[in-house]
This record gives sequence, structure tokens and C-alpha cells, in this order.
Amino acid sequence: MGKDLSIKKVLVIGSGPIVIGQAAEFDYAGVQACRALREENIEVVLVNSNPATIMTDEDIADKVYLEPLTLESLTAIIKKERPNGVIASLGGQTGLNLACELDKAGVLAEYNVRLLGTNIESIKKAEDREMFKNLMNEIGEPIPDSEIVSSYEDAKKFAEKIGFPIIIRPAFTLGGSGGGIAKNETEYEEIVHSGLQQSPINQVLVEKSIAGFKEVEYEVMRDSNDTCIIICNMENIDPIGIHTGDSFVVAPSQTLTNNEYQMLRTSAIKIIRALKIEGGCNVQYALDTKTNQYYVIEVNPRVSRSSALASKATGYPIAKVTTKIAVGYELSEIKNAITGKTVAAFEPALDYVVVKIPKWPFDKFATGDRMLGTKMKATGEVMAIGRTFKNSFKKAIASLEDKHTGILHYKFEKFLNEELLDALHIQDDRRIFRVSEALKRNFDVQKIREITKIDPWFINQIKDIVRLEIELENTPLNEELYKKAKDFGYLDSEISDISRIPVDELKKYDYPAAFRIVDTCAGEFHASTPYFYSTYGESCELEEFKKEHKADTGVADTSKEDKISGAGKGIAKGNILVLGSGPIRIGQGIEFDYCSVHASKAILENGYESVMVNSNPETLSTDFDIASRLYFEPMNAENVMNIVKKEKPYGVMVQFGGQTAINLAPKLAKEGVKILGTSLESIDAVEDRKVFEKLLSELKIPQPKGKGVKSTAEALSATKELGYPVLVRPSYVIGGRGMQVVYNDDELLTYINEALKFSGEHPVLIDQYIEGLEVELDAISDGKDILIPGICEHIERAGVHSGDSMSIYPSRNITKSQERKLVEYAKKIAKKVNIIGLMNIQFIIKDDTVYVIEVNPRASRTVPIMSKVTGIPMTKIAINTILGKSIKSQGFGTGLYKTTKLVCVKMPVFSFQKLNRIDPALAPEMKSTGEVLGVDYSYKKALLKAFIAGGYKFGQRKQRVLVSLNDHYKQPALKIVKKLYSQGFFIMATWGTHKFLEKNGVPSKMIEKFMVDKLQKRMKEGRLSFVLNTPTLGKNSQTSGFQIRTIAEMYGIPCFTSIDTARAYLAAVKAYDKGVHLHSETITNYRKKKFLGIF
Amino acid sequence: MFATLILEDGTVLNGKSFGAEGTSMGEIVFNTSMVGYQEILTDPSYANQIIVMTYPEIGNYGLNDDDFESENPRCKGFIVKNSCENDSHYKSRQNISTYLKKHGIIGIEGLDTRFLTKKIREFGVMNCLITTENVDNDNLSEKMALLNSYKPNRDIVLEVSCPKMQQLNHEGDINLALIDYGCKTGITDSLAKRGCKITVFPADTDAETILAGGFDSVFLSNGPGDPADCTSEIKTLENLIGKMPIFGICLGYQLLSIVLGAKTYKLKYGHRGANHPVLNLLDKKVMMTSQNHGYAVDASSLTKIMEATYKNLNDDTLEGFRSESLKIDAVQFHPEANPGPTDAAVIFDEWVAKMREYKKTPVRKAEEMASL
Repeated sequence: MGKDLSIKKVLVIGSGPIVIGQAAEFDYAGVQACRALREENIEVVLVNSNPATIMTDEDIADKVYLEPLTLESLTAIIKKERPNGVIASLGGQTGLNLACELDKAGVLAEYNVRLLGTNIESIKKAEDREMFKNLMNEIGEPIPDSEIVSSYEDAKKFAEKIGFPIIIRPAFTLGGSGGGIAKNETEYEEIVHSGLQQSPINQVLVEKSIAGFKEVEYEVMRDSNDTCIIICNMENIDPIGIHTGDSFVVAPSQTLTNNEYQMLRTSAIKIIRALKIEGGCNVQYALDTKTNQYYVIEVNPRVSRSSALASKATGYPIAKVTTKIAVGYELSEIKNAITGKTVAAFEPALDYVVVKIPKWPFDKFATGDRMLGTKMKATGEVMAIGRTFKNSFKKAIASLEDKHTGILHYKFEKFLNEELLDALHIQDDRRIFRVSEALKRNFDVQKIREITKIDPWFINQIKDIVRLEIELENTPLNEELYKKAKDFGYLDSEISDISRIPVDELKKYDYPAAFRIVDTCAGEFHASTPYFYSTYGESCELEEFKKEHKADTGVADTSKEDKISGAGKGIAKGNILVLGSGPIRIGQGIEFDYCSVHASKAILENGYESVMVNSNPETLSTDFDIASRLYFEPMNAENVMNIVKKEKPYGVMVQFGGQTAINLAPKLAKEGVKILGTSLESIDAVEDRKVFEKLLSELKIPQPKGKGVKSTAEALSATKELGYPVLVRPSYVIGGRGMQVVYNDDELLTYINEALKFSGEHPVLIDQYIEGLEVELDAISDGKDILIPGICEHIERAGVHSGDSMSIYPSRNITKSQERKLVEYAKKIAKKVNIIGLMNIQFIIKDDTVYVIEVNPRASRTVPIMSKVTGIPMTKIAINTILGKSIKSQGFGTGLYKTTKLVCVKMPVFSFQKLNRIDPALAPEMKSTGEVLGVDYSYKKALLKAFIAGGYKFGQRKQRVLVSLNDHYKQPALKIVKKLYSQGFFIMATWGTHKFLEKNGVPSKMIEKFMVDKLQKRMKEGRLSFVLNTPTLGKNSQTSGFQIRTIAEMYGIPCFTSIDTARAYLAAVKAYDKGVHLHSETITNYRKKKFLGIF
Repeated sequence: MFATLILEDGTVLNGKSFGAEGTSMGEIVFNTSMVGYQEILTDPSYANQIIVMTYPEIGNYGLNDDDFESENPRCKGFIVKNSCENDSHYKSRQNISTYLKKHGIIGIEGLDTRFLTKKIREFGVMNCLITTENVDNDNLSEKMALLNSYKPNRDIVLEVSCPKMQQLNHEGDINLALIDYGCKTGITDSLAKRGCKITVFPADTDAETILAGGFDSVFLSNGPGDPADCTSEIKTLENLIGKMPIFGICLGYQLLSIVLGAKTYKLKYGHRGANHPVLNLLDKKVMMTSQNHGYAVDASSLTKIMEATYKNLNDDTLEGFRSESLKIDAVQFHPEANPGPTDAAVIFDEWVAKMREYKKTPVRKAEEMASL
């Protein structure tokens, strides 16, 4: 067949902001797609509202639109760009749904745009529950008893027929949001209602629960010639009942016989053929543990999180091949990039075991509901590769970057046997640790199996690990035992802890880590993929690889079309390690992957090899052709040192991998690794509160007064000195974890212990809380000069985490003299601290005083945004600077960079609908999972675009607004409530707020706070426009405010907890009502307009 | 307990024994299947060979009563990274260690199987010795000498073939003669399922016996060793060709090719795995196949009467041919799978349909035979 020559220009739809269930995997997939298209000389038009992605770089696509992912904006872009085709299967559920909408609205037909790859009919057949059910019945593939319902009445009838438990799955939602398992009628009613509400087509599937079956997934690929291959199968260690995104997963399957494996493989191929999928597809199965009965659970007719995992687990680039298929190629015509000789029509053979573990946000959300079910709760995941299951499993746990790297958790030691046995029933994120504890106490494997439904094979594997741990604890360490522990994946630090032998003494055993290549073919063919994982007691393949690639020396050629790839490029100057940022979690997201990938690229451009280390399978940085060499390893000092010992790098870049990388710096430096850029002492100077405080006073830079405390008593005396309110936070944490504004002693006392725990050996910081305008900037410094691409101003006043604030660039409310001060302070700090590379500074401006509140000696969340809106390649300049070039020599000048006509508004996006019992109120602790950017020539338009991109609906009938204000915010909110009223909203207010409004002449209807049920009904029926609720402080989940907020989230009703956000929203509503016309323009063009003022 | 592997090139690797005790020699080969060790262990084509599994975790689901490909394992040894003692499957009857011990097969675990695989890939298959005896500097040369004197049994096909004629299933509208060179159960099951009444003949059965049986077609099974060694088997086939429709798999395919004038050669390290892409040269469709062979038919040596039907997409080697006029059809790979993908099961459908078709047409005339 070959390439379809009629395809000249293709629209690629991204997946929008990172939310639970839709994370960095689609950036990875999208970038692969763009690269694959450009390889074919096809022009790529890319649309995504997520500015933190690599796919929205102008290097990746020919035209990049940072625009809302809505039918309207996509229609406008199609109208303007006239692409021949659109690829929908790479942008997650968002991309798929949009493609369906474009088709349904007739846009594709009108502009003659072909849907490439899998067609609409197939997508519908896989996604629409009824059609899918019919198709499965037609081809004789078993599915569990189920019914599609559009009302609770119908759902009830089904339940009467089938009996509980019943699984509820809403149609067309991502990550199973709105779904769940109901064990009784009460739960059933609630979940069905919420599911109906969340499904865009008001449809849910109710299904006979087969909880306890094995869950197995197949990643399948099909081309137009009907060639079908399985990329990989994966077995969930957790049985059916826990969302696969929340399950421990192993690839390939471990407990299936050949017959079972092939039975499901054959079924998957039958399904993909019946659906006529062209490209990648994921099929999920439930397999009985006592017969060979199986059920088809779900089909995803697109590239998914699982396919990203399968790609990384096997080395097979699913998104790339899907794209090639979409433009006409057959699998047998596509080269296997890994072997270079064989073709893409084959099934990878693994000679290692891959384990994936989800990364949950429960460490941040102490009050959150940790129970796992059909609704995904993990924000990210880690993957480990090992030669055996035990090794891989152990490594994966270490990759989580939790305090505990082992499988025995201190928390469960204290349980009585009966308690532990009971607790085994709990399906939450810590279950595996309870299983370990139970095994330590010699609980029967079969008993554990009965309760947990985990296959005994896995339980026995864990038992082996636990036994080894007991052995380490009780017998004197010898060489054999040490080696066994290393084979099992134990870290020296763990062996030392358990066997009570100093780490240094372990060095005598001389059992170095060796590195192996991931080659898709289990060694059958020669391959020299730059993709490594560690093993012990086996031969190392790195030297051989390096020898083969010696011939490649020379400066990386980045002038080529494909600018991002660095694979195999080798350089004489030596190599530099780039530390990635590990799993995606709240506070450390895709932006650091953006930075890591760019760092690698810039390192190559500087004539060095780049060596990437990361543990996250969802990201582009772990695509094996980004860096010269990729190591898929835990982000742990020992694992990184193993790489250092082999690679002997010139130095290590720690600025680009978020706090994960920064935290590794001291440990690596201690081992003699050169930290490139800002030195360790300088990092400490800004991270250590005391040193930093002194430094700022020396520089005469105002700062909120603060103290570091290590005990409750110290905390109390500190607040006496500083006066309330104060901001309490642990040092060295990500995303303001454990941070809180505290107004009195009582609040302090309830909170301080948690903070002390988080902080560990470091002090807890207590600062004056100054409620002013929050401003932040990123800068690149060479020690002499700095370059500031721009200054961002937050919409919400100080006290809301910068990651959760809406922010505006360029700033609007800062005077020239304040701006001069910001720049001056940044310069002073950079010079004094001797920052080499990136830094981020956060300020508060109050009463014309500029306070510095935080300096981060590393890349920040805003680096990708600022790079895109200013056109300054910040990471590249930082790397150049670190490697010796001056700021001046790089062509962007020094000081604050000029602004253009471009205005942008960043808007955080949250995933509360996935996480039960989490307070959606904005606070100093970060809660958002992603962000969108609204870009335009005016503030109003950019603001409106940001809200639209963030999922807010406009043009709806103005209805009731519930207003409930705490005392602190009653007065400041008055103007807004008045505005609300004048804009035509009907105000409902809680008692105190009602009284206050009454006094101030604003009519409102009083509602009782405790009438939560009634409110819930209103929200359910969509009779509430939004909620404005400023929370009473404290972490009390029993307050009615908390309940109102969480119910609003559940029903998708906007809930503003900062009056500033509400004000911005009203401005957007006003702009919309006035009929503001929104244009779509590429980011390049937005930047080009210089003060012309056309619009 | 330790076990040692010594390769022909002098490489010595130590591991742990998990099977029978003793010493054994054979040709070392690797298989890349991730599942299906039970089928591989009991595939008679592995006779004279010592198998290295590239997938590291082996034995996880034990061994069950349903997945044997023959009664006894014929391989000379089994090498894995990690063998599983606590297997888990509702069908499992024994763990792999118990099974190997019962059948006198030496098993070694805990050695670097990827290193071995790459060695075989780079230097080709070679002979090796595995032993649970203590190997040290004193007796290493002795063991090497033993290994160097090792000569594989070249009548291996006869050894693994059934000792006497037997009827496999009595039902079926096609009366099929199957010559057993070391037949996998998967093949006979696939044929029986599709309506063949199968009579199995030992490999050394002569043509007259088969011709006298009034069969509709002849089926040639898989089997071990070098096809060129099978002189008596080839002779039988020479006398069958043209007189009956013949179908063949693996060794059966190779023997047919020799009889039709083509050449076979030894592959450097063979094809053993469950992921081999094969292109159907007639309809251009691609399927994933199960393979196990060390020899191949030279595509360039095909004679006029042969038509290539399949090729391997990894290395372009020939995977199938047919001769419509002689009513011959054969493939190198394993449409019966076991282990591996079942994509190629359609070949049995096609072939059995052909058997039915051929039943209606008269047997080839002698003068046509002369044109060979």
C-alpha cells in the first residue's frame, strides 16, 4: 500500500490539561505522531490547550495552536488551515470525543477532512456501550450481563434481575470517572446518578460484577491489510474491581498458560478485526481463576495509558506506528527502528519483567478517600524493568520515591493479627504492604488469596522477598546473602538498615550493577537501542553498545527536520546526566519532563552526549530516542550512582527534574559527582531557611519574617513573635505539601505535628502571612547577568499555591517602579547566590513593598509557558549557560525581556471528581493536576479562552448562585456579589452571608447551611450556576462548607473558593455576554504582533 | 545444588540445578516464547537439543494434563534464568522441577540466559554439556574432551517416532495417513478436529504400506534433526509423491522440498519462538507464527514444480511452498501453534478443505510423474 500521497497536511488533536486518567502519555504519543508525520513530509497542525507539553513546541509541529479544545475553536482552525486529515486516536479520550463531535457537526465533511486511522463508525462501535454489546454478541465474544440505562428507574430494574454487586460505567468518560461498584441499593442510586450526570450522553452501563477475576490487557495493532499483532499483554496483580490505572501491573502476564494467553490473544484480534481498527487499540479482559471462562471488559479504540506503558515495556513505538498506519502504511512496510533490519509486523519478545505501580496523591491529601475501585485516582505511575519479577517489583516500589523503599511498611507492624487479617479486605493503595506484613507473620498464602483475590503466584513472590528480609534481619550478612538481596532488587541502604551494617562495609562485596538493553526481541537479533535497565550478576551490555556507537562521534545534527531526537548521537566531549522527575504527581508534573527533554537536546547541541535517567513510563523523556542513552531506573541515589559508575559523566544536571532531582543533588555530590550549574552550596543557600533569611537581609530585600522550628514548643513561641496569621510549611517539599495558613494557636496545634512529620530532619518554616498581590518570574543567570523572559502576576491573592493560581502574562497591576524592584531583586539574588542556570522567584507586593517569599534554584512549572509565550528557549539558554556561554552572547539580551502584543492567562485544572473527600478549596498547598493557557491579544479574550479551555461553559441561562463567605472575606466580596446581582444571577446565601448582604442592600435568599441535601438536589438537576464559598480555615472535613464544595465538584458545578477567581470569572462572563469574538492564531503569530494594536 | 554448562567454545557457566542429576550433551538452542514452556519441553523436535528459554520466569503455572505435545520430553536439558517452585494455576499438577526430575532431564537455573542467547546468535548453535557433577580445573579438560567427542544420534527421527502403526481417531470423513517424525499432539488434534480419521505410521514405514491403506491424503509431521540425514524417510516420500496428496509441516516440509529437488541448509541459530511474522506470498497477508526449526529450505533452490507460498519477514527465508499439480502443500512454521499464536490455524482449514476436494478427483497419472 505505502503512504497515501494525497495526505499533505494533518491536524493532530492533543489531550488538553493533565487530569487524573489523562496524563503525560498523550504528550508522548502526540510528539511521536508529529515526528512520524513530518518524517513523511506531511505538514502538521497541532492543537492543544496544555502549555506544559512538548508537543506544543514550535519544533514539533509546523503550526502550533495553544487554543481551547472545543468544537468551536477546532472548527475555526480547520476552516483556516484546511488540513486533509485529522488523527483522533492519539489525543486520549478528549481527542477521540472531539473528533466524534467534529464529525457529528458535519465539520469534517464540510471542509473535506478525512479522519485518518480508525474511522468514526469503529470508534462509535467501541465506545457506545449498546453498539459494543451488540457487536460482541454478533461475533460471539462473551461480555458480562449488562444493560445500558439512561435513568435510575431502568437501572433499578436491572439490579432486581441480577442482584448486587453491580458495576456502573458511564459512557464516554475518561479514567472511569463517575463509575463504581455498588454493593447495595443506596450506593447504587448514588453512583448511577453521578454517572448519568457525568456522561456527556447521559448513559451508563450497569453490569454484573465479576470482581475477583484476573484482569488482563492486550495491546493490539492492526493495519489496513488486516495484519494484527499483539504488542504486549499485561496482567494486573490486583483483580478485576480496581481500575487498571490504579492497579499494580506486570508485563508480560505471569500466571497465564499458553492456552489462556492465546485464547485471549485470538479474541483480541477477532475484536480488532470486527471493529476494523487501524492503529493501536487496547482490549481488557476478565479471566476466571478456576475455569477458562473469560469476559471482554472494555475496548479502547485508541492509543492509551496502557499503550504508553506497553511501548516503554517492550520498546515498540505504538503511537509512531499508529500514525504510520494512519497515513497508509502497512505493518510489514514499517521498519523496526530497534533492530533496523526486521519490520514492525512482529510481536515483541521480552527477556525481562516489567512492573508498573501507580502513584497516588494520598500523601498530599491526608483526608482523601484511599479506597480503590473502578474510578481511577492515581496521578501518575512508575515502571521498573528487572530480569526477574522480584527484582522488578522491588525496583518499582523504590521508584515511587516514598519515604519507604521497602515492602514492609512500619504502619502495619503494630496491628494485631486479627486486625491485620481484617485489614486485608481493604482495597486501597497500601494493600500490598499489608499483604507483606501478613506474610511476615506467616499467614497462609491461600488465606491471603481468598481475601485479596491476588493470584498466589504473586503472593509467593512477595513471600520470597519478605523471607529474605527476615533472613537479612536475623542472620549475619555474608556474600551469598548480599548477592541474593541485590538480585531481589534491594538497595544497599535497605540492606544496611535491615542487617544493621554500615553501607560502606557493603562495598567489599564487589557486586556491581550491570546494564542491559531493551531490544523487543529477547536478544534474537542484533539491536543497539540506547535503552538500558540494571541487573546484577550478569554481563553488561553498555561497553559493547558504546563501542558500536563510537563511529557516530561528531556534534549532533539538530538542523534536520526531526529536531528532538538524540538517540545514538555520540560526542567526543563526554556525557552529561539529566535527572528526570519521576512519576507525575501533584506539584511535579509534565512541565519537568518538558525541561528534561529540552535539557537533553541542548546538551547534545553543546557537543556532549546526554544520558537520561527516569522512572516514568508516561513521558517523552523515557522515549529511547530522546537522549543519547536512556536508563529506566528508580530516581534514587544508589541507582543513579550505578549509572554514574559506568557512564563516568562530566557532570549531572539537577535543575530540570523538579524537586526529585534537586533532592538527589547532595547525595550525588557526596559521592563525588559534579553538580553542573548552580552549586550545591548555592542550592542550600536558598533552600535552607536560615541561610536564605540572612542572605536577603544582607541584600536589604524585604521578606516576610519567618522562623524555622523543629518542635511544637518552638512553633508556639515563633508565632508569638511573628503574630498571626502565619504560613506553616515543611522545607524541601514538592508543591507546598503540608502547607497551611494558620490564624490562631488552636489551628497551629492541630496542624504542626503533620508538618513536623513531613519535614523529617529539616525544620518546619513559619512565616508571616502577607495577603498581597503575588507575582513570580523565572530567570536564567550566568552569575553576572540575568535574563528574565517575563513577569507573571497571579489573579488570586497570596495564600493560594502558585500552581493553583490563575496567572497573567504580561503583568497588569504592577507599577514601573515595582517592576524595576522585581528585576533588581532577582539580579541581586542571582548574583549573590551565584545561580548558574534557571531560577524561579515568587514575590508578594503589598503597599508598594516588594517581598521575596521563595526562590527555587531550578526549573519551575512556568518554564514551558514562558518559553512559548516569549519565544525564549529557556532550557536551552540555561544549558548553554551552565556549559559556559554567557547570557549576553545568546542573543536575547539581559534583564527583563520585551513584551509583545500577546497576552496569556494560565488556568489550573483540578481532578477532584476522581478523588473523594478532598476539599477543593484553594490553599497554600497545591491541588491542581494540570493547566491550560488562554492566549490572545487582549486580557479579556485570553481570560475567556482560559476559562473555556478549563472546561467552563458560557452562554448558559443565568441561574442561582450560592454564596457563603467567611467573616474574613465578607467585606472584600461585597463588590463581586453586587456585580453578580446586577449581571442577572439570583443570589442564595447562607445565614451569616445573607445577613451581611441584607445589611448592605443586596437581595438574597437565605438557605440553611445544614440543608445540604436540598442543595445537592439543586446541583444534581443543574439548577445552580456556581458556588462562591470562601472556606473557614482548618482542615475540618465535617463543615457544611466542605460538603457544599465537594458536592459541587461531584456534579461539575463551578465552585470558587477565592473571590479573586470569581471576579475573573465574572469578567469572562461579561466579555462573553458582550459578544467578544474569539480568533484562533498560532502561538508564533501571536508573538509576532508587536504593539500594532490591530485588534 | 550447582550445575554447570560448558559450551563447545570453552565457555563455562555455573548455575543451580533444578532438574535431574547427571550429565547430558546436545546442541544448545534458544526459544523466545514468553509462555508455553510445557509445550516446548514436550515438543519432540527438540530431541538432541538443550533448550535455553530467553524469558526469565519459567514454571509459573506448573505443568497440567492438557498441554503436553507428546508423552515424554525429548530434549536433553532445560536452561532458564529463574524456575518457579511455587507454581500457581488451577490446572497445575506438578511443578517444573518435579517434572524434569521425573523424566531425567537436567535443568539449570540462575545463569545469564541473555548472555547465552547472544552468544548463540553471534556464533551460531553449538554443542554443549550440562552436568550436575562438580566441575573444577582438574576435570574440566576431561569434560571438554567428552563434549568434543559428542556425536548426535543421526537416527533421531526414528527414536522419537512411534514404534508401530496406530489409529488416533476413528471418526472423520477424510482417511488420513500421518507419518510421525516426532509429531506434536497439536497437529493431530488440529486435523482430528476438522474431520480427519488419522492413522499414524512410524517414520520408517515404506510407501507401499501407505499406498495400500487406501488413504485420501498423507500428512508429514514435524520432527528433529537434519533433514538430509533422513534417507529412508526421503525414499518413502519419493515413492509417494504424485500418487497421493501430501501435506507437511516443519521436517515434513523440509523432506518434501528435498524430494522435489530443492536444497536445505542449516540456519545459524534457527527460528524458535512464537512471534515470527510470515507473509503469505499469494494473498499478501501477514500472520504471526509459532516456529521451531534449525534448518531451512533454500528459496533459490526451488524447482519448477514448486511455488513459494510463505516467507519470513524477519530474514526473508522461505516458509512454505506448494505444488498444485502434485497436490503438495507444506509449511515450515507451525500452524498448530502450541505454543504460540493461532493465526495460522486457517491453514488446517484450507488443507482439510483441499483433502476433501482431492477426494473427488482421480489420482495423478504416471506420465505426468515422468515430467518431474
